[in-house]
Amino acid sequence: MRVLHDIHGGIHPPERKGLSQPGKLASLGLPPRLVIPLRQHLGAPAVPVVAPGDTVLGGQLLAEANGVMSVPVHAPTSGTVRAIESRPIAHASGLEDICIEIETDGLDQWVALTGTPQWQECEPAALAERVRDAGIAGMGGAGFPTAVKLTPGPKRPIELLLINGTECEPYITADDTLMQCFADQLIEGAAILAHILGAGAILIGIEDNKPEAIARVQAAVTKAGASIEVASFPTKYPSGGEKQVIEILTGQQVPSGGIPADIGIVCLNPGTAVAVREAIVDGKPLTHRIVTLTGEALSQPCNTLACLGTPIGYLLQSTGWTSEAQQRVIHGGPMMGFAVSNLAAPITKITNCLLAPTEAELPLPEEPRPCIRCGHCAEACPASLLPQQLYWYARAKDQEQLAEHRLFDCIECGACAYVCPSQIPLVQYYRAAKGQIRDSEQERARSDNSRARFEAREKRVAEEAAAREEKRAARKAAAQQQADNGGVDPVQAAIARAKAKKAQQDAQQ
Amino acid sequence: MVQWLTNEPLLAALAALLLLGSGFGALLGYAAIRFKVEGNPISEQINALLPQTQCGQCGYPGCRPYSEAIAEGDAINKCPPGGEETIQALADLLDVEPQPLDAEHGVEKEPVVAWIREAECIGCTKCIQACPVDAILGAAKVMHTVIADECTGCDLCLEPCPVDCIDLIPRKQGIGYWHWPLPADRFRPIEVIATDAAARTAA
Repeated sequence: MRVLHDIHGGIHPPERKGLSQPGKLASLGLPPRLVIPLRQHLGAPAVPVVAPGDTVLGGQLLAEANGVMSVPVHAPTSGTVRAIESRPIAHASGLEDICIEIETDGLDQWVALTGTPQWQECEPAALAERVRDAGIAGMGGAGFPTAVKLTPGPKRPIELLLINGTECEPYITADDTLMQCFADQLIEGAAILAHILGAGAILIGIEDNKPEAIARVQAAVTKAGASIEVASFPTKYPSGGEKQVIEILTGQQVPSGGIPADIGIVCLNPGTAVAVREAIVDGKPLTHRIVTLTGEALSQPCNTLACLGTPIGYLLQSTGWTSEAQQRVIHGGPMMGFAVSNLAAPITKITNCLLAPTEAELPLPEEPRPCIRCGHCAEACPASLLPQQLYWYARAKDQEQLAEHRLFDCIECGACAYVCPSQIPLVQYYRAAKGQIRDSEQERARSDNSRARFEAREKRVAEEAAAREEKRAARKAAAQQQADNGGVDPVQAAIARAKAKKAQQDAQQ
Repeated sequence: MVQWLTNEPLLAALAALLLLGSGFGALLGYAAIRFKVEGNPISEQINALLPQTQCGQCGYPGCRPYSEAIAEGDAINKCPPGGEETIQALADLLDVEPQPLDAEHGVEKEPVVAWIREAECIGCTKCIQACPVDAILGAAKVMHTVIADECTGCDLCLEPCPVDCIDLIPRKQGIGYWHWPLPADRFRPIEVIATDAAARTAA
């Protein structure tokens, strides 16, 4: 039995996970059109390799990775590329981004897939490359390119692979369902990941509000005879944060500004592990994911295995959505998600939940009132920060103090805003402050670069002017010398020539 | 010598002071030469805060001359590309009151980059000569183009262009540049304290 550690703070919001019946997968059919964004992950958007009018098969490459921090995008089913243009996407900004639209043909024909069931014989580097070619980015919500996580470099030896099946946010049951339905695949995926990382131990952490998932995963481990530890721990939000789950299960803290690999741990979502297994063993790229469709505005909340690029509106209408006045649809969970402004926006690799609450269920936030410095936020903060201080400094845009108070250790879990009696949207202040700081850093780097270029140019211009002046002086000196030596002064000679020519012209006229 | 010093304590004290004074004077004089600071360190720090667009909107031919002028006592609010943020940073550095941007030198605008409409470019190289950061690529009678990552958006290339084929387009467009805005301050202003509420209606 593993010794569990507690994290600072945390809250216990109503879980409401039963609503979407975890463990069952509903089939919602194939939408007539898929809208596939080129940026479904953290990093540079993929570059299209198809053109409008092309017919594509399922699993076919649509766009290739652009650099190391990028992953490719594949077609989830067969059809015809109709457009490559800006479309509304599920993003907090409500802005559009470049997407590939596919009209599906309903045949679901696939390219020939070549898997490697004997992955144990493959080089880890080659397998990591295949994970990247399969377009896999972290499926827990951040969308970090998995291949980057799988190549931490020789300076960071990995001892422990941690599969984070916590899923602590209310309503969401996508990972719970995945662990119940694909437990065997999860175990094999974890083994492949450990092989790639050279990790000696595998640990699967699941919160104790998911007893069926724990039992299924435990049974799968026993069946496979794998040396994988399954640990369960008490339910608390936000135990599922990467740094939080590591502290709970190992007692170690990830250094501020560091990554888990710095302490020899790599933490991955179970969905990512299953996707890696499909990519390696079956050769199938990441084209589908499990999405929780929940909220009381849906008459049949469920989990479904949906094609990436399925419009949010299609999924909601397939689950008996009744649109109320002022109805919000939230992408992600109620704590960390954001409201979607356009239902034509598609789901992506990071969409774990779509929440359509009624107004009574999740009331709109009230007007914020002034901070009374009650300190509840500091008690709830899982990163042991001082949220009220960060709030004041974010308002004052005091970047120095924000750094001093470790703003970048904030995981934006929303626990502080949840407990705030004044209903201040604290997390939005932190997100804005982080954005401003990143902006200023970029601008500073830019201006440093401009300064270097400006100074280099000034130096060059001065050198060129000096060189010209020197040449002129040398010529003058040479002419003077020639004149002094009793020869013809070239300057006087030139003047004489010009005069003679002019006289000749005058004579001709 | 010792005898004389003990006999003439006043002169001895004067001599000691003289000795000490000349000794420390020599030391300070040496230190001033040995540890001489090249240039004006304050102007270096000011220059580090300026946005380096080299646009000349401040009335000086570049950011360094302006930073030297500020070090000499010029106003800190003449830099439109830097805007409020730069004024605040300069005010913090120099410990002076921040002032609003001087409208005479321009207004704060979204960051831009120059963009050459390539079909119209005649290859005259005039913009290349005007660019303070060598961000335009091209040669005589060959089409020119702007290296967007290096362009500061100073607009110095616009005026020399004989065919007017250079546009300034916003630099930060699209989802990659978006970040959450600060929430609007929606607090109701507190006009009176609770115990004073009756006083207001009475008045």
